[in-house]
Amino acid sequence: MIPQNFTYQAPKTLEEALALLADGTAKPLAGGMSLIPLMKLRLAAPERIVDLGRIPGLNYIREEDGKIRIGAMTTHYEIETSPLLRARCPLLATTAAHIGDMQVRNVGTIGGSLAHADPAADYPAALLALEAEVRLVRAGGERTLPIRDFFVDVFTTALEPGEIVREVVVPVEAPGTGTSYQKVAHPASGFAVVGIAARVRRGDGKIALARLGVTGLASKPFRADAAEKRLEGTDGAETDLRAAAAAVTEGVEANSDLYASAEYRAHLARVYAVRGLRSALQAA
Amino acid sequence: MKRSKDPESQAQPKGLSRRGFIRGVGLSGGAVGLLHPEGEAAPAPAVLGPGPVPITLLVNGKPHKLEVEPRVTLLDALRDRLDLTGAKRVCDRGTCGACTVILGGKAVYACSVLAIDAQGKPIQTVEGINAGGRLHPVASAFVNQDALQCGFCTPGFVMAAKAFLDRNPNPTLEQVRKGLGGNLCRCGTYVGIRQAVLEAAKQMRGGARNV
Repeated sequence: MIPQNFTYQAPKTLEEALALLADGTAKPLAGGMSLIPLMKLRLAAPERIVDLGRIPGLNYIREEDGKIRIGAMTTHYEIETSPLLRARCPLLATTAAHIGDMQVRNVGTIGGSLAHADPAADYPAALLALEAEVRLVRAGGERTLPIRDFFVDVFTTALEPGEIVREVVVPVEAPGTGTSYQKVAHPASGFAVVGIAARVRRGDGKIALARLGVTGLASKPFRADAAEKRLEGTDGAETDLRAAAAAVTEGVEANSDLYASAEYRAHLARVYAVRGLRSALQAA
Repeated sequence: MKRSKDPESQAQPKGLSRRGFIRGVGLSGGAVGLLHPEGEAAPAPAVLGPGPVPITLLVNGKPHKLEVEPRVTLLDALRDRLDLTGAKRVCDRGTCGACTVILGGKAVYACSVLAIDAQGKPIQTVEGINAGGRLHPVASAFVNQDALQCGFCTPGFVMAAKAFLDRNPNPTLEQVRKGLGGNLCRCGTYVGIRQAVLEAAKQMRGGARNV
């Protein structure tokens, strides 16, 4: 399989890259772990490629003012093994360890993964539970979006033509917060049949905060608001977890494919939501 | 999955799949046109291709100059241009691991990296791991443990195992299983492969060879 012909440019600065991308006719290349196979299958056929891989300064994980900033070109492996994230925002690091395999994690980037917006990708569940923000840039401007406004539909994001993901911002986890990512991996592709990121905090013996990010279940990743509300204020007993998990799939049109029917996927989501919440509470 | 609002996707056959959707998105990539901002004087980076472009690949310690179209993958450059056929083209879409080489110290799928993008970093292939006429410890462990049947996946496994052990010199069996999850063996020789990786780890740490 050989991609359709294209022209290739490798800018050395972000400004150059944004100028080249500004008219929306070029495709930005990050790690290429999704884009290059898609181009070989001729499912994507861009005529111009702008390689972001030669731009210094887009690959970092650093803490600033109670938040952790992650450059768009940071690889999954770097996120998985970052001592800062492991200590201060473990949910993102443990989620990154579930992505694909060693070869993919070595090359694939968080910015590329988000922009690609596969509905079964792992990061979105964690980033939704963390209430992360994404910083988007284009020639002559930038904006910051809450992650839940970023995902629009299957493979569709809020990115405008010429705009790229610049940075992902996650909170430093407050003491007493427990998190967990629970995933049913598709045995061939490694993608999430269902992935649940759970994040809970106790206060005065009750559940003070509950966040649930869900991936793989529907056409886009989402926050299970109803489940969160049902859990907050409870004691976090097993029956509370089950009641909350039941709400994860209420009103959701579940995906269906050869591997998992909609009914089975929804069942998995409820079971893994209980497991995720239980494991997060144990860590809290 | 729900149908997208993207008008391009209306051209897709019914029953929207992930694959079908990407086709719509990919082909609609050039649909939007905005004017270039004027007065940006900095020299733009060279436009390379679509015809052949000169590149230099540093393979197994030696620089190789060649001319390839930007669309040529590292795998095809190695196999078709440099005659290094150890890395295999099997799934050709970043799933099976048979094309694994070590680029800049990391195991990568050579089928999913552009050759033009692999410049400037050392590339190691299975042809380049043996030193002084002796098999690399990973390769010799594969022989000792009979860790193959047809052998077609073996070069990819050996390179993935070498890169894995460079990072994890003392792995458990479970870590080996997870670490080599990016490589598939259709003969099902995983048990032998995992034992070979454990044996190689022991030997590379300077321990006694497994009996």
